[in-house]
Amino acid sequence: MDWINSIIQGILVGGLYALFAAGLSLIFGVMRLVNIAHGDLIILSAFLGLTVSTSLNLHPFASLIVVLPIMGVFGYVLQRGILNKTLGNDILPPLLVTFGLSVIIQNGLMELYTADPQKMNAGNIEVASLSLPGGLNIGWFPLLMFIISIIIIGILQFIFYKTSLGRAFRATSDDQEIAQLMGLSKNHIYGLAMAISMIVVAIAGIFLGIRTSFDPSAGPSRLIFGFEAVIIGGLGNLWGTLIGGIILGVSQNIGAKINPGWQLLAGHIAFLVVLAFRPKGLFHRMDG
Amino acid sequence: MTTDRFEIVQSSSASRISIFIAFFIIIILFFAPWWAGRADIRLLSEIFLYLSLASLWNLLAGYCGLVSVGQQAFVGFGGYLLFALTIFAGFNPLLAIPISGIFGALISLPIAFLIFRLRGAYFAIGTWVVAEVFRLSFAQIQSLGGGSGSSLPVAIVRSIASSKAMRESLIYWMILGLTVLILVSVYLILRSRRGIALIAIRDNELASESLGINITRSKLFVYIITSGLTTILGALIFLQKLRISPDAAFNVNDWTAFVIFIVVIGGIGTIEGPIIGVLVFFLLRETLADLGTIYLIMLGCVAIAVMIKAPKGVWGFVSSTFKIELFPLSRKLKNK
Repeated sequence: MDWINSIIQGILVGGLYALFAAGLSLIFGVMRLVNIAHGDLIILSAFLGLTVSTSLNLHPFASLIVVLPIMGVFGYVLQRGILNKTLGNDILPPLLVTFGLSVIIQNGLMELYTADPQKMNAGNIEVASLSLPGGLNIGWFPLLMFIISIIIIGILQFIFYKTSLGRAFRATSDDQEIAQLMGLSKNHIYGLAMAISMIVVAIAGIFLGIRTSFDPSAGPSRLIFGFEAVIIGGLGNLWGTLIGGIILGVSQNIGAKINPGWQLLAGHIAFLVVLAFRPKGLFHRMDG
Repeated sequence: MTTDRFEIVQSSSASRISIFIAFFIIIILFFAPWWAGRADIRLLSEIFLYLSLASLWNLLAGYCGLVSVGQQAFVGFGGYLLFALTIFAGFNPLLAIPISGIFGALISLPIAFLIFRLRGAYFAIGTWVVAEVFRLSFAQIQSLGGGSGSSLPVAIVRSIASSKAMRESLIYWMILGLTVLILVSVYLILRSRRGIALIAIRDNELASESLGINITRSKLFVYIITSGLTTILGALIFLQKLRISPDAAFNVNDWTAFVIFIVVIGGIGTIEGPIIGVLVFFLLRETLADLGTIYLIMLGCVAIAVMIKAPKGVWGFVSSTFKIELFPLSRKLKNK
């Protein structure tokens, strides 16, 4: 029963990993940009949520009212102010600029909050659980996190395929020059894509901050989890990314069950196995 | 024949003078143990180690488009191999260092098999995952101290040379020698037939492939060579430190982030770039290191500014303004 329990926990945390990945996947799909600072931005949101909820005495979920718009606007400004200038045929500039950004965010957070681990307190929901027959216990918080992740991926899927904004995203992704001729502003569209990515990042950051403790150097491993979920699931397929996140979460939990030191290692190995046998991911739709 | 009136030249007076000066500087540096203090020797060693790491990373990223953020995998691997070969297999450290390079080149083959499937930026994160796998795996090896690491036993340290001064000088000469070797081999690789292929790939992948260049094989060749040499550097780094732990050995900031900043600031895709970059980096560090995190933030800002405003870095600016090349790679037509 222990095993089933840890597999279920793995599935539920997979939702969070898919959320880490969704923002990464979206901007890669629209502008072929891989944001190395993605994980650090998740941690930045968690710290932002912590500050907002403690200084305004709000529940961490309620802090999203402040954190969401801040991160969204930040994403738009970051894209138009800096990242748009780096996009082109050469992949080096965006990669190195986001790498620089990652170092700046990590050390900026270190300066402001010190290296001490922090955690957000969400009250009763953190410990409340749902008892199922057979001795299974499912925490309400992981369950809620999983359901919200699915809803967000559904919303992203809807935006991408059913709205005029999504049409603009797809058009710019397919051929930015023709899209510009059709009257779309590439820079504005990219800005909006980054804003949406940062809104997803903000939600992921709050969930992360409630689920575990975090510190300024925790970003890169979140980037890696998100990236692994994207590659396992296959580029350009958001539902595939969810499956990728779940596979990653389950492998980590099974690894941890065998030996606590193998938790992260098991996740990486699952990723490398997929890379060896299905290099395009399990459900790929787009070529990198 | 009209063609007789021209000849193709690579060297220039600037490059001939710079070879002469470089030779002179190397000789002065060789005698450093006689004119410099212990702290200076340490600083010089560190500068050479970073220059080597930066030149190798530049060869990968600047010439092959293989942007790796996981070079710490090979640095740490080299360090751990040095410890394992000397402690368990009883090798002399001076022999263990070149052997670690062979292992590093060998292990880069299966790694390349996996991560060469990823392109561009995804390749970068893939290299990072590999480095994490290395870090987590070595943390599991209890006989090398597990997560907390271990020190090189005194008997092994003594086997390099009996006196401390001699030991430090010996390690310094090895680092200096390896740095010269790496700079010369990067230059020779880029001047060779394969190097011309690499530069062609960098400038236009599609066109070079249609001219018959095997892109994967060219990139793999460089990846294996840089992996082996980076592993040797790792062994030397930890021979100097005498202590190893997974977090120090596979540290992304120390062995990759700083290296990337050095290359970007100095000028990516030029041989001179890493040399300029390493000088700027250490100049900044020696004056601003007290600032700690603020220093790193500034370094990040400088790198972003350089990438946006002057993507070819300091050397790119200098060479395009004054039209000079110290390590001549380009070919010019000259009237006879």
